[in-house]
Amino acid sequence: MKSNDVILQTATKFVLFIILAFSVYMFFNGHHEPGGGFIGGLMTASALVLLLLAYDIEMVRNILPVDFKLVTAAGLLTAVGTGLGSFLFGVPFLSQTFDYFTFPVLGELELATALLFDVGVYLVVIGVTLTIIQTIGEDQ
Amino acid sequence: MLTALHIAIVAPFIAAVFVPFLYKKLPKIHTGWFVLTIPAILFVYFLQYLPVTSSKQTVTAVWDWIPSLGIHFTAHVDGLGLLFALLITGIGMLVVLYSIYYLSKEREALNNFYTFLLMFMGAMLGVVLSDNLIVLYTFWEITSLSSFLLISYWYEREKSRYGALKSMLITVMGGFSMLVGFVMLYAMTGTFSIQEIIASAGDITSHDLFIPAMLTILLGAFTKSAQFPFHIWLPDAMEAPTPVSAYLHSATMVKAGIYLVARLSPVFAFSGEWMWIVAGFGIVTLFWGSFSAVQQTDLKGILAFSTVSQLGMILSMLGVGAAAIHFDSMDDNLYIGATTAAIFHLINHATFKGSLFMMAGIVDHETGTRDIRRLGGLMTVMPITFTIAVIGSFSMAGLPPFNGFLSKEMFFTAMVDITSFQAFNMDSFGVLFPVVAWVASIFTFIYSMMLVFKTFTGKMQPEKLDVKPHEAPFGMLLSPIILVSLVIVFGFFPNILAYTVIEPAMASILPSLLGEGEQFYVDIYFWHGWTIELYMTMGVIGIGTLLYLSLRKWVAVYDVFPSSLTLNHIYDQTVAGVEKVSSQLTGAYMTSSIRHYLLYIFSFFVVALVFVLFNKDAFSVDGATAPISVYEGVLAAVLVTTALVVMFTRSRLKAIIGLGVLGYTIALFFVIFRAPDLALTQLIIETVSVALFLLCFYHLPQISRKLENMRFRAGNFIVSLAVGLTVTLIGISANSSRLFESIAGFFPEASYDEAGGKNMVNVILVDFRGFDTLLEILVLAIAAAGIFTMIKLRLAGRNDL
Repeated sequence: MKSNDVILQTATKFVLFIILAFSVYMFFNGHHEPGGGFIGGLMTASALVLLLLAYDIEMVRNILPVDFKLVTAAGLLTAVGTGLGSFLFGVPFLSQTFDYFTFPVLGELELATALLFDVGVYLVVIGVTLTIIQTIGEDQ
Repeated sequence: MLTALHIAIVAPFIAAVFVPFLYKKLPKIHTGWFVLTIPAILFVYFLQYLPVTSSKQTVTAVWDWIPSLGIHFTAHVDGLGLLFALLITGIGMLVVLYSIYYLSKEREALNNFYTFLLMFMGAMLGVVLSDNLIVLYTFWEITSLSSFLLISYWYEREKSRYGALKSMLITVMGGFSMLVGFVMLYAMTGTFSIQEIIASAGDITSHDLFIPAMLTILLGAFTKSAQFPFHIWLPDAMEAPTPVSAYLHSATMVKAGIYLVARLSPVFAFSGEWMWIVAGFGIVTLFWGSFSAVQQTDLKGILAFSTVSQLGMILSMLGVGAAAIHFDSMDDNLYIGATTAAIFHLINHATFKGSLFMMAGIVDHETGTRDIRRLGGLMTVMPITFTIAVIGSFSMAGLPPFNGFLSKEMFFTAMVDITSFQAFNMDSFGVLFPVVAWVASIFTFIYSMMLVFKTFTGKMQPEKLDVKPHEAPFGMLLSPIILVSLVIVFGFFPNILAYTVIEPAMASILPSLLGEGEQFYVDIYFWHGWTIELYMTMGVIGIGTLLYLSLRKWVAVYDVFPSSLTLNHIYDQTVAGVEKVSSQLTGAYMTSSIRHYLLYIFSFFVVALVFVLFNKDAFSVDGATAPISVYEGVLAAVLVTTALVVMFTRSRLKAIIGLGVLGYTIALFFVIFRAPDLALTQLIIETVSVALFLLCFYHLPQISRKLENMRFRAGNFIVSLAVGLTVTLIGISANSSRLFESIAGFFPEASYDEAGGKNMVNVILVDFRGFDTLLEILVLAIAAAGIFTMIKLRLAGRNDL
């Protein structure tokens, strides 16, 4: 254990949430401003990489007991699922639609099915990045 | 429609299926007895067509195979086809009978033998009775294949495999060339049917493809029929069991080429080239075969070269016979006689050569050797075999009163007639034909005498023989006895064949000469007066006897030829040379060095693109470019400098850092070219890849981590410069020649109105072109899975993956 990395570990605890928040912002913002599933996913992954740097692989695995290969698969399924979903409405594969709704607290919001597809991209990018980094990191 | 005729043709194939069962289930009975029924039934079946063909009728039965391509299994029985069908089934019957006694049922794999033999028989019947060229070619190749299998019947012997491979290479080469010729015929006439092609033969003589088609088809016929210089496979095919040699390599398969020449004569004989090529190759083969036969010491070797020579003789007569189309009328029978002689000799050769091969097999079987230097004095112990040998050989030498004499006389007549040709400016060469034919006949006489007297007379040398010689069993002698009886019968009564077999066959070869209801005049007789042919025969006998008696004195003449100039040597050198050259060629460029392969790829890339660019006049420079800002200039300078550092640095670490700088500079380019999404992604991805590069660098083996100079190679430098220039040229040309307006104008409006997004890039990625994105994330997932498996699933000790 790297017991003397107090500053790094403490800073990580704060910075981690800022990065995560920013990545989520980037993700949701993607439809109108620069950002999207790819960049959002990479930033979420980089937050987790920071965690890996400050602590170690075992530790991260304990606090985040996720198999990132399954995350990749889940992302792919989501993306394909949104494509297949358009069949329910009798339109071609991967047709997207959007509409505006009014929510109690948030006011009027635009909801787009493209966002669901982006969720797939987001999950795949996180899964791929962390699978690669964990695999290489655990290699002797 | 499937008819009895079709069933008769494929009957041997069907029977071949049952041979292994009979062999396994009834091991007590020699499998040959079952097989014998097939050619016997077929022979009788084909005999009943004799009245049909001799009255100038033909039988045609069509069975659709691939109708959309004009390929039908059309069985066509006419005089020529029936003659061959009777030869194939008749000799086939005798050969099967002979093989029952020749091959031991305990020691030999009879199931293989009879399966191959039946396959061959069916294929031969298919060749001679097919009217469709493609079906003919199919059966033709099956004869090559089954012959290959039969030659290598004793596959544990090196020489059998060598002979089989040699015959395969040569005959298949010819067969393939023949297929090309057939396709050309189709291109000229639009049909694969031989009869229809013959009907339109007059129209195609001036076609550009006429001569190429003729040459390619003749190549097929000459290789199959062992004509000079393609005869070299036949002596090596003598490693086959003797029944096979007797059947395939004397009576049937080697005559397939002759059949083809005769069959297509009505198509090609209108041209003088056909006549001279066929006759010329035939006469050269006749001479070379008989000349080489004298040198042989192996009985089957002599017979092999003798077959080569006799086939050449038949072909030369067919060639001369083709002249009839140009010169003869029905009253003037000058050249038609050559065709008569060709067909008559074809039959005669099948009878005496079949019996001689069987005789050689008996001698081999009963004494253990076929070497004439170890044989001798067998006359008293093997009287019947001796009689067979005498009749067969004397007929082959052309001595009266056997049938060989008659055909030889007719051959001389044909060759003498050729001197009277006045056409094609070849009349001065025509005089060579009878001279060569006469000399060749002398050699034929010598080897025929060797065959008899070296084997059967003189002193017996029992100490040189492995077994004590004795007469063969009667069953083995039966087939050759039948054949030599035919030799005598056809010798004394040649005219029993005249109007039943020979004349209908001639009508198939020279159909254009016959009017309605006419027929050729065929009369073969012994005594034709004191003519030049008779003097020639007397000369052959006289000089031949002298030369045979003095053989010892002049046989050294064969050693004059250096062995490096023989055709066999050339063949062996060619086969070995082709292998060597191709392996050298492959070795020269398949270096297993990725550097070299990349050089090939890049060079090809440059050559192909630059050639097309300038050949199509596609290069253009359009001055209309956007103004260059200061930022762009600065970033470009950084880019170039960093690239040079990456190229020329000695440290790998520096190169990795340099690559990172390049990546960030490109991100900056994205920023100033207003692509925020690209810039964000580029920054993060560049970071990740630099980290991965560093990881690779960290794990490099110590040995190669030392500083290294980039070795300068002029070739690499030139190629990389050329690739860079090519891509630049193409970039400039592409930029300055926009043929269509960009579709980019569509997206700014549509992304908000139709997809509800203001970020146009993202809307394109997830909405307009979401399918690309779907597959790209799949690519990422596969990459991750690949890395995971490569690292986690390593096999112990297998680092060379």
